[in-house]
Amino acid sequence: MQLYLPIAEVAVNAYALVGIGGLVGFLSGLFGVGGGFLITPLLIFIGVPPGVAVATGSNQVVASSISGVLAQFKRKAVDIRMGVVLLCGGLIGSGIGIWVFARLTAIGQVDLFVSLAYVVFLGIVGAMMMQESLRALWRARQAGGVVVRRAHVHTWAHGMPFKVKFRTSGLYISVLPPLMIGAFVGFLSAVMGVGGGFIMVPAMIYLLGMPTKVVIGTSLFQIIFTTAFTTVAHAVTSQSVDILLAVLLILGGVIGAQFGARFGVRLKAEQLRILLAGLVLLVCFKVGLDLVLTPSELYSVTLAGRLP
Amino acid sequence: MIRALALALALLPLPAGAESIVAGLSQSSVSITADYAGSEILIYGAVKREAPIAPGRSLRVVITVEGPDLPVVVRRKDRIGPIWANTDRLRPGPVPSFYAVASSAPLDEALTPEEDLRHGVTLARVLRSEEPTSQPFMDAILRIGTAEGRYFTQENSIALTEETLFRTDVALPAALTEGNYTVRLFLTREGEVLDTVKRTIWVRKAGLERFIYENAHQQPLLYGLASLLIAGFAGWAASALFQRMRW
Repeated sequence: MQLYLPIAEVAVNAYALVGIGGLVGFLSGLFGVGGGFLITPLLIFIGVPPGVAVATGSNQVVASSISGVLAQFKRKAVDIRMGVVLLCGGLIGSGIGIWVFARLTAIGQVDLFVSLAYVVFLGIVGAMMMQESLRALWRARQAGGVVVRRAHVHTWAHGMPFKVKFRTSGLYISVLPPLMIGAFVGFLSAVMGVGGGFIMVPAMIYLLGMPTKVVIGTSLFQIIFTTAFTTVAHAVTSQSVDILLAVLLILGGVIGAQFGARFGVRLKAEQLRILLAGLVLLVCFKVGLDLVLTPSELYSVTLAGRLP
Repeated sequence: MIRALALALALLPLPAGAESIVAGLSQSSVSITADYAGSEILIYGAVKREAPIAPGRSLRVVITVEGPDLPVVVRRKDRIGPIWANTDRLRPGPVPSFYAVASSAPLDEALTPEEDLRHGVTLARVLRSEEPTSQPFMDAILRIGTAEGRYFTQENSIALTEETLFRTDVALPAALTEGNYTVRLFLTREGEVLDTVKRTIWVRKAGLERFIYENAHQQPLLYGLASLLIAGFAGWAASALFQRMRW
């Protein structure tokens, strides 16, 4: 069924949109990532203009994150205090990021910067996660299925002032590291047009030492607010949020997120991390390839005055 | 031989009453609704003349349909080290968002280059730049527009009967920009334009599409908050529904 989208001004297949929403929602519920780094390329692929794809994608991420976070709340897997601290940092970071984005747009290099940011950060995060979780899985196998785990590892995060108890995460650490991580992710999400879950999740696991179970819910909790802010900002500045497109993506997304959250329970934390690492590396590889390969069309035409 | 013939023809007296064109459209407005998936416009008409048809001299009809002009930026990628990056750009000013040319004969036969220049008929003429350095960018606009189905030329697609009646169908794509579409009809003999007529097709969003589009532009903050509300409700509803299903 073809459907004409009022803001995107293209006619697309409605079932394809529900399908894309469902796929991204499933991954969102499974890994606790917003899925912004997947939904934007997929929408552009089916012919939606990039500006509309970024803005409407963030609206869809709001819905699937809410759906996912409610499922996590039931399992008491959301550290609200940690989420709020990360969010405070995130707002500072995204403020700086929006300014940098405007500067880059003015000199016409925003596309290149976004692609490079994708390759560098997805590459580093993906490789680190893959290496760590493969090693953990291998060690578990060596130990005959019994995983020997320390209660928690003391990292540099334990030596800083302003210590706060994060009961859900079982942590007693300074608020400074979460604030800095939040700010860094906020900056990247504003520049890259993503929720930032794929950086937030590994940062919480490896830098803060939070348990994987809590990380997903807390990441989703924080992503809701970041992407809600982005959606309204895009609607006001460039009128590029397409409600009809969003409704179809959301319809698939919320259902997908529920399946994802339930499917995630059955998987081991290491398996979950390997899968996410593989996905991140795949997107990184694709974006990197597009940068290096000779494009079939050297020219590109965009409407002036719209988002790049 | 041909030149002599042309000279002889040119010396023949013109018919007392010159020929003019009468045209109509199957629809003068297009409403874009949610289920809009492209539409076909029938353009038809007749040649009006007082005197009998002059024998032997070829009568042709050329029709153009032009969408609203939009400002664009064209960027070119170049290799910097191992990666491809945008290096050059051109802002050529507004270019047509849609452009179709139909003719009753091959275009080079139906229209002389001089007449093309005067009236701006063919795509190559419309997207011509004064400066040689910007021509590759204009060529790119033409190439990309053609690949996206927004620009096309249909030679021999106008059925001309008895040098009097003509008709053709022009397909408007599903990805249509809102605005006024100008239809120009040219009546030519020996490539010289005898008469032209202009018609307008009004392309407007209607119903739900109109409602969403207007609210997005007139109440952007409320619109943004409304889209958040929908997202929030959908997220909660799905969670509640699956909770009730207990699994």
